[in-house]
Amino acid sequence: MTTIGTRTLRWLGTALVVGLGCRGPIGAPPPAQVSPPSAGSELRAPSDFASITDAKERSAALFAEASRVMLHPRCKNCHPAGDSPLQGDRGLVHDPPVVRGADDKGVPGLECTSCHQDQNVELARVPGAPGWHLAPRAMAWDGRTQRALCEQLKDPSRNGGKSLAEIVEHSTHDRLVGWGWTPGHGREPAPGSQAAFGALMDAWVKDGAVCPPEEVRR
Amino acid sequence: MSVRVRINGKDHVLDVDPEMPILWAIRDVLGLTGTKYGCGQALCGACVVHLDGEAVRSCVTPIRRAEGKSITTIEGLSADGSHPLQRAWVELGVPQCGFCQSGQIMTAAALLAKKPKPSVAEIDQSLAGNLCRCGTYLRIRAAVQKAAGGE
Repeated sequence: MTTIGTRTLRWLGTALVVGLGCRGPIGAPPPAQVSPPSAGSELRAPSDFASITDAKERSAALFAEASRVMLHPRCKNCHPAGDSPLQGDRGLVHDPPVVRGADDKGVPGLECTSCHQDQNVELARVPGAPGWHLAPRAMAWDGRTQRALCEQLKDPSRNGGKSLAEIVEHSTHDRLVGWGWTPGHGREPAPGSQAAFGALMDAWVKDGAVCPPEEVRR
Repeated sequence: MSVRVRINGKDHVLDVDPEMPILWAIRDVLGLTGTKYGCGQALCGACVVHLDGEAVRSCVTPIRRAEGKSITTIEGLSADGSHPLQRAWVELGVPQCGFCQSGQIMTAAALLAKKPKPSVAEIDQSLAGNLCRCGTYLRIRAAVQKAAGGE
């Protein structure tokens, strides 16, 4: 027993060292030019990207940051790749088992707005905002890389026929989009704020609406 | 604040908190107790009523949403229980404990109003959010099919 216990401890110790090693050497220089997307609940402002002098690289970096909002569960859960919305931070299939229906607003007798109101119902924990509905299937974000999301967003056949200016406006002011930052009971808000997200999208477009390279992933 | 609303064809001015769920306005204020309180979280469907013909879960729908609109409850679905769904419900002996049935029927009525001849899959999709703890789902489906003119 003693031998096995010692071996186990050695193995655990090795695993711990290897595990810590994954963080990389302390004091390593940050990658040049392109800032890695931030993490957590914060969202960088466009001014944080001013050190990137190349407009194309800056635009791509701005989008990478903004994509943290769009690929957050509060946003992508209602941009599913299938016919059912997702819910929760783990993206479980919506329960009750609802489906999008012909116009992305549910089916007769079980519309989205059969339950979802124009605001959150806190006591019942039912999320709500004006115009609650699913994004059309062509606008699926779930499972997209940053680049795929970016190219999709610029494609009028997959963005609801919007111009880039209309996308910025939608991002900045749409109230259903805004729900992502006031999601109600027990739900983690999308990073930053709607204003900060809108500013990133605006700056991305002004710098040329360039998409990040495929290898930049979350 | 008062809310103007038509309920089962009759106009009412309700002196209630506009955030009061429709369920409590119809049950506690008007005494229409056919609509049931199940989960209170829009998860079970026992409280379904029609708001301008759309199925809504009255336990989470504030009465202000019904301002100037028309609500139909199970009591208003027909004057004498003769709605095809109600007749099918009786003929097939659908209810067991019966608690969920007004919500089931109101959901199915909203479906048939928009899709008079639904497929089995469409019936299942529309009623997927109505729970029956007695497990009468097969009878419910059969009754909806019967009301739609099928076997």
